[in-house]
Amino acid sequence: MSIASVFDVALVALILAIGASTILVRKAFAAVVMFVVYGLLLSIAWVRLHAVDVALTEAAIGGGMTGLLLLGAVARSRSVNVGGPWIGRPARLATCALCALVVAGLAIAMLHPPEVIPTLAPTVMESLPQSGLGNPVAGVLFVFRALDTLLEKVVLLLALLGVWSLAPDRAWGGMPGLHVYARSDPTLIFLAQLLPPVGIVFGIYMCWVGAKDPGGAFQGGTVLAAMWLLVIVAGLQKAPAIGRLWLRGLLVAGPVLFLAIGLAGWVFADAFLAYPAGYAKPLIVAVEAALTLSIAVALGMLAAGPPERAQQQ
Amino acid sequence: MNAATLFGLCGAALVGIGLYGLITNPEPLRKILAFNLLGGGVFLLFGVIARRAAVAGLGGDPVPQAMVITAIVVAFAATAMAIALVQRLGDETGRASISSDSSGTGDGEEKS
Repeated sequence: MSIASVFDVALVALILAIGASTILVRKAFAAVVMFVVYGLLLSIAWVRLHAVDVALTEAAIGGGMTGLLLLGAVARSRSVNVGGPWIGRPARLATCALCALVVAGLAIAMLHPPEVIPTLAPTVMESLPQSGLGNPVAGVLFVFRALDTLLEKVVLLLALLGVWSLAPDRAWGGMPGLHVYARSDPTLIFLAQLLPPVGIVFGIYMCWVGAKDPGGAFQGGTVLAAMWLLVIVAGLQKAPAIGRLWLRGLLVAGPVLFLAIGLAGWVFADAFLAYPAGYAKPLIVAVEAALTLSIAVALGMLAAGPPERAQQQ
Repeated sequence: MNAATLFGLCGAALVGIGLYGLITNPEPLRKILAFNLLGGGVFLLFGVIARRAAVAGLGGDPVPQAMVITAIVVAFAATAMAIALVQRLGDETGRASISSDSSGTGDGEEKS
């Protein structure tokens, strides 16, 4: 066994142990912390599968952002009566058997891959130079499957609308209540002053480099959102009221620009979401820049939750 | 057994673990957590399929990889929505469990 395979076996064992403890541990807070660790370990697994773009997304959104959301939710639900009855032992054993069956089915599918594995990689590599991009994943996201990417942004906005619509009537248009910590301590304030300049530059870099190397609008946007949330959580800046015009403008700027360029494709490149020859890369970079801002604001507001306090005039 | 198959089995096991937590735990927040765990396993299976389709000097097929990136973002959006719903439910009813009242031993003092 080589060192790499020993590492893989250890990594898989660790992922499974952390995953199981996320489910089995009693306290919800401990489970969320386990989940964040699980997300980070999973992103290492993605690196081992040679998918660095996915690894960055998993670490940033799958582990970090989801973890932050869940931590906030757990902190809020402390006061609520937690710990309903668990289901009885026979039902639990039956569930166990059912889950084992599902695992066995998936494992058999994994152990017996088809003779000829279908792949679109050669087609992607053949057409990629026309777009001027160097990162095949970015090529798929913004050229070959641009509609998916556009609709995914719409899903983000729809989710945000859904979260906002859960606000009580009196708080509509007001400020989201982000309660992760009861009060901010000096260490947190220091970090919130120290990290954002570095983080903002890093987020912009990730967005820029995404055209050529692993990175991109999602990952860059998540870093920007994280910096924004850090400043809000530390109490240096208040979360903006959701009625603010600039906030709503930023939220839709990316998708609207994407849609406008997509519609212009009908006129200049004879297909929806097609780019005119020679202008593909500048257009994609422009869309990515606008999307990065929109994603950052959308993720930040999703994490901040529904508005709770009416806007102070 | 190569690395891709190993991670494939890991993904399959994670789906099972997540499914078990989703069914057995009565707390909505823990159900959301288990569902995300399950999702992580499914994504990993997808990644293994992408890795096996590696040709032309690439580490993997970029099409499934791009789809997984989209899926992670959509899963986050759905999680945010679910958490907001659970919190509103908690605010309205004062309960953090969705189990039925008849079997209630822990949260029986609330009448829905």
